[in-house]
Amino acid sequence: MYLAKKFAFSTFLFLVSALSAVGSEYIIIQSTTSTQNSGLLSAILPKFEAYSGIKARVVAVGTGQALRNARNGDGDVLLVHARAAEEAFVREGWGVRRFDVMYNDFVVVGPVEDPAKILDMQNVTKALSQIAKMEALFVSRGDDSGTHKAEQRLWSETLVDTVSASGTWYRETGSGMGATLNMAASMEAYTLTDRASWLSFTNKRNLAVLVQGDRRLFNQYGVIAVNAEKHLNVDAVAAQAFINWLTGPEGQLAISNFRLNDTQLFFPNAQR
Amino acid sequence: MQDFTESFWSSLTLIFTGDAELWSIVILSLQVSLMAVALAALMGVPTGALLAVGKFRGRQGIIIFVNSLMGLPPVVVGLCVYLMLSSAGPLGVLDLLYTPTAMIIAQTILITPIIAALSRETIQAVHEEYRDQFTSLCLNNWQRLQALLWEARFSLLTALLAGFGRAIAEVGAVMIVGGNINHLTRVMTTSIALETSKGNLSVALALGTILVLIAILVNAALAVVGTRRREAMHV
Repeated sequence: MYLAKKFAFSTFLFLVSALSAVGSEYIIIQSTTSTQNSGLLSAILPKFEAYSGIKARVVAVGTGQALRNARNGDGDVLLVHARAAEEAFVREGWGVRRFDVMYNDFVVVGPVEDPAKILDMQNVTKALSQIAKMEALFVSRGDDSGTHKAEQRLWSETLVDTVSASGTWYRETGSGMGATLNMAASMEAYTLTDRASWLSFTNKRNLAVLVQGDRRLFNQYGVIAVNAEKHLNVDAVAAQAFINWLTGPEGQLAISNFRLNDTQLFFPNAQR
Repeated sequence: MQDFTESFWSSLTLIFTGDAELWSIVILSLQVSLMAVALAALMGVPTGALLAVGKFRGRQGIIIFVNSLMGLPPVVVGLCVYLMLSSAGPLGVLDLLYTPTAMIIAQTILITPIIAALSRETIQAVHEEYRDQFTSLCLNNWQRLQALLWEARFSLLTALLAGFGRAIAEVGAVMIVGGNINHLTRVMTTSIALETSKGNLSVALALGTILVLIAILVNAALAVVGTRRREAMHV
């Protein structure tokens, strides 16, 4: 009984503290799974917190959902990777201004047996057309994320109609990068992934990188402060402090110093 | 198969090395779900009792409605709570989105119908058993209700456990309203989802094993309390 009372009391304290925590300074960063799952954010955010005294809370979802959440004012800063959608977000007044932060690239992964014979093709749209022609299994994110948008852009440069192929060789998972890679590994299917998610993913099984290096596989990340004029709860000062840090020398250095198994996953390219 | 043995051992290692990160996640899970059970009990048990003994028009309809709500999809509940608490939503000013409180709200909504429906079932059964006795003792409604709740208390505990089980195992709603923020709103189920998405299947399974162990511990603790009380009564 004593223990139960103690637990109930600590739960009560915890609730009170959860409610009063509203007063302390923090920002909510709406970001993507690739930056979180790769470990980048947990490597660089403590440096920002030490530098600024502002706590950073990360909500990692797909870029589409991050943009929607930010449009509702549920976040102070966006760190995402879908340039066209980001620019629209700013143009419509939801964000203040977009800054480049860093880049890496997308890669096409698939089973090492490579039934569609796309290994080392230099032209990514030719590789995709080949997959479609052979009707080899391809899993798509199908979730309006940055990677999904990039994939759709690439398909639109081919003659392939993925809409009518959906459910046959073209399969939309509607889930995150990790879940999609898990499915590609079990189905022995091809998929498009950002390199950071790929390198940090540990259940690769029979999958390998087959196509890379096409300049259309460039993957740019941007940062945007949510417009405080649209949502009163947005902490514009703290959001700008984060952007200044991330695009400034300290943040850029932290990004380029981040390594996973001695491999650099993100390349800073902010211009100020 | 190798995955299962490997993750079973790594879950034991995780438990016995007293990994601080893990414990804070476990404690948060328990706090959120137990608080949700407490709130849901406060609303669900009286509702169940009212539906069990009350005589009013539309009672049968409400019973069917409450029973159906037991099948509420967690993601839908999460979405509704998100839309309410979002700063663009009606309760946005409270600034509760992405806090443990938001997760408690979502879980409470999810399990109140379960507790209400199961309480109704239990109390109704006890009521049928005692109805004639109550009439002969000339008890008023309030006294009847007290007697019924007391007589049904052990079965009501089972109703609460069913609610607790659903709350602690739930992932869809807390993911949306809590945001799975490290050191703030990350609970057992959202960590399992996160580790799965990283492809760390054995870590995910290890966390799952721990979740099951916690459920067993909670149930066992209540079973022990229940039996002791029952024995004490018969002495």
